Amino acid sequence: MRYTLLMHYPEATEEQIGAEVIEEAQRAFASYAATLQSAGALVGAEVLQPSASSTTLRLADGELQVQDGPFADTKEQLGGTIVLDVPDLDAAIDWARQAPPLQWGAIEIRPGSVYTVDGVWTPNT
Amino acid sequence: MDAEHVSPPDAWAAAERAARASYGRLVALLAAPTGDLALAEDALSGAFEQALTTWADAGVPANPEGWLLTVARNRQRDVWKSPAHRATRPLDAGGDDHTAADAVDRRLGAVASIDPIADVDPFAIPDKRLELLFVCAHPAIDPAVRTPLMLQVVLGFEASQVAAAFAVPPAAMAQRLVRAKRRIRDTRIPFAVPDRRAMAERLPPVLEAVYGCHAIAWREGAGSLAGEAQYLAVTLAALLEREPEAWGLAALVTLSLARQPAIRARNDRPPFVPLDEQDPATWDAALIAEGEEYLRRASEHAGPPGRFQLEAAIQAVHCDRRRSGATDWRALRTLYLALDGIAPSLGARVALAAVTGRIDGPDAGLAALPPEPADGFQPWWATRADLLDRAGRSGEAAEAYARAADLADDVAVRDHLLARRRRLEGG
Repeated sequence: MRYTLLMHYPEATEEQIGAEVIEEAQRAFASYAATLQSAGALVGAEVLQPSASSTTLRLADGELQVQDGPFADTKEQLGGTIVLDVPDLDAAIDWARQAPPLQWGAIEIRPGSVYTVDGVWTPNT
Repeated sequence: MDAEHVSPPDAWAAAERAARASYGRLVALLAAPTGDLALAEDALSGAFEQALTTWADAGVPANPEGWLLTVARNRQRDVWKSPAHRATRPLDAGGDDHTAADAVDRRLGAVASIDPIADVDPFAIPDKRLELLFVCAHPAIDPAVRTPLMLQVVLGFEASQVAAAFAVPPAAMAQRLVRAKRRIRDTRIPFAVPDRRAMAERLPPVLEAVYGCHAIAWREGAGSLAGEAQYLAVTLAALLEREPEAWGLAALVTLSLARQPAIRARNDRPPFVPLDEQDPATWDAALIAEGEEYLRRASEHAGPPGRFQLEAAIQAVHCDRRRSGATDWRALRTLYLALDGIAPSLGARVALAAVTGRIDGPDAGLAALPPEPADGFQPWWATRADLLDRAGRSGEAAEAYARAADLADDVAVRDHLLARRRRLEGG
């Protein structure tokens, strides 16, 4: 069963966070990814650029609207995703509680519905 | 299967017995492989219906539980294989039929893998109710729906009965239950008993939800839920075997049940009698002994007593009046102080003040009462009224009784408080 960890946290600039804290977070992320990988639980992970770099598409009356900025302008933003393949929700919760961003934000665990294998949609079971 | 020929009413009785004894066991077993509780319940109720007609003609099978399980499993398989079910799988619209078929095979495989002998040996039917209780009180399930879920899937109550007990419109309760079951299936909450490492964090919500069943048991419309809460608590403790707080909860619920007057019939509303005015001769000695035994089992394990053990011990002190003829207020004070230390609550503080009032006099009790809670708390006003009454401050006591009566949601309690008030004014 695939679960995606959606990592939400307040956005801050590198200056606000500080080089030391960033380095520490990078080390934590590196070790977390390595642990997930060696446990055979990791499908893929991606930390996103700040939501200021986001571009949002929408159809309004059939017309394409391209907008700068994120889908929703909230204090906490989607900062990254990690896709896991584990037996059940308890296993996903166990991994999520070890995720570094839990120290500075919230982690949403969403079971996948379908995913692609070689370009073909496959149910998540 | 051996069968003795029976008339339809006997078939009803046999089906009902099987239902009462094994509903939760069968639902747990049927739902465990896939987490689909709604389907398990549908399949089981279909099997019960089939039993009523088949058993009336062919006789009750030697192993009714095994029969129901087999029939229910066949119904589950029929649903999994049906085009309607497969069309609801996310992918079928876009279309690779093999993957959907594979999914069905995997489910059937999962079922087969836990079921090699159940149909052959009735005594090999495993009990997965403990797993089911942990599912119902899983942290990913809304706390408000955990107790209703237990009542329905473990004890087999209809959504409408659960709704009545919680004073919620039936449609709203049904909706909540459906959502919770869908969530259990879709997020794949595992049917598993947490390992020792996780137990400390996973057990409290299960105890809390069973306690919730106990707490609503005496509410109007709850019917005979008190006995069911006790059954659930004792089942939980027995299945866990070595969890002191589970035995503590079993003791608490059993001792409370022992003090309830003979099971209240529906629409029968006996007047409320406060604990210290109750006649201990009306209490159930067998249940008291049973509760004390559970409390003993709880204290067999090392470590300081938890919240439920302390609450059970408080009940045990009250019940002991049946033997000794007097209430040991000092023991109660010790227990309430300990309870306030590990699980502080307004209720415990108010009870402690009442006990202090009995030992050191009403003025000391009033002094021990916490500050007036902002949102009206009925026990605070009832205790204050009683302490003022004992202190001879009739005017203030009458006012406090009126306030407590206003806040009481139980009619019998309200009548009792108003009677006290009238007695004050009369004297």
